[in-house]
Amino acid sequence: MGSEPEPGCALRPFAVEQGLLSRPDGSAAFVQGDTSVLAGVYGPAEVRSSRESPERAALDVLLRPKVGLPGVLERSREQMVRRACEAALLGELHPRSSVTLVLQVVSDAGSLLSCCLNAACLALLDAGLPLRSLFCGVTCALAPDGAVALDPSARQEKEARAVLTFAFESTEKRLLLSTTRGACSAKEVEYVRDVHGTSV
Amino acid sequence: MAAGFKTVEPLEYYRRFLKENCRPDGRELGEFRATTVNIGSITTADGSALVKLGNTTVICGIKAEFAAPPVDATNKGYIVPDVDLPPLCSARFRPGPPGEEAQAVSQFIADVIENSQIIMKEDLCIVNGKLAWVLYCDIICLDYDGNILDACTFALLAALNNVQLPAVAINEETGLAEVNLKQKTPLNIRKYPVATSFAIFDDTLLIVDPTAEEEDLATGTVTIVTDEEGRLCSVHKPGGSPLTGAKLQDCITRAITRHKEVKQLMDKI
Repeated sequence: MGSEPEPGCALRPFAVEQGLLSRPDGSAAFVQGDTSVLAGVYGPAEVRSSRESPERAALDVLLRPKVGLPGVLERSREQMVRRACEAALLGELHPRSSVTLVLQVVSDAGSLLSCCLNAACLALLDAGLPLRSLFCGVTCALAPDGAVALDPSARQEKEARAVLTFAFESTEKRLLLSTTRGACSAKEVEYVRDVHGTSV
Repeated sequence: MAAGFKTVEPLEYYRRFLKENCRPDGRELGEFRATTVNIGSITTADGSALVKLGNTTVICGIKAEFAAPPVDATNKGYIVPDVDLPPLCSARFRPGPPGEEAQAVSQFIADVIENSQIIMKEDLCIVNGKLAWVLYCDIICLDYDGNILDACTFALLAALNNVQLPAVAINEETGLAEVNLKQKTPLNIRKYPVATSFAIFDDTLLIVDPTAEEEDLATGTVTIVTDEEGRLCSVHKPGGSPLTGAKLQDCITRAITRHKEVKQLMDKI
């Protein structure tokens, strides 16, 4: 923090618009470069009896791809986003209710998962749901020559040796979510995590 | 008395044990359950393995078939993993199309294959642009008692190690493939990825190889996949309690030790 960012460690321009949809209780559109995700939150609302929990609100995450039906990849990402949101959301305050988060991919030009996480967090915030902390997602690509690129574009992701996605929570900058593609050394993960941790 | 306490306050029951650095099943926090592996248990498959991690039982069968190579990579074959969590293995799964957990595990296994380059897809090509092997890796859970990711990864690796592919020759007159079942060769396994899972208890405590009960009470999980050179093929933390960097490093160190244990077991069979 405070030091000059290293080359390649700059993020693409990003923007957010909250409350742009009228029907959901909270909504946000997050844009990172050419990647864009729209998120809507409904809740706390009535819950299906099969999902009802006396302990906390039941959170459902739906991830809709730009074209076609959600597949196995979307399901696995839904699970990751849901568990990340569950850790941040104070669901204990709304037992026997449901919170539904819908993520619609508008365009995918790389770093999609981190964009989804950012949109999800800002939509939850817009809905006014009680949160333990905020969180943000960031993706990073390790090029074959070892160069690190933050917030890579689709082309950088394709050429990369490894692509790592992390999410950090805002209170103590601890790691909330991590998923990787490709192989890398433990040193590289540590380095990248530190770079992210300081840039968050 | 203890059984009643466990039913009423399961979390508190666990905390009492964890405070003494042990678990209700007698293990230490960093201790794996007994791991057993049996290879070649399905004689009709081209390769198979049955893995047990305590009560968790997973069987993997591999079937090899011919297919035309993909148009965009004519020198490659296919590996198609599929994980099934049938209602047989636990009351938490219902019959019908695969649920979220089964799909998430399938995606994880597909990612491990892709990330670790366990076998080169080029090795599965028979005739460039014409014929290639497709390996259907079906993983079925028979008994679900937690840590399904480690068990599935190990079962897949052991089954792939067990695969014997018959020699194939192209008959020049007819242009058809002829299979010589008498001459079989094993697959060339390039990397040995091993998964190590941890459950996070009360946001701070890490326990390895969680049972289903522990997974339900835990506030998060982490899975690290390493290969024999200590490279990380996957650092999979699907949400849950946040972790500090130091804790994650501990996980990675433990995962590397676990790799050695599993590798020893693999070498024995």
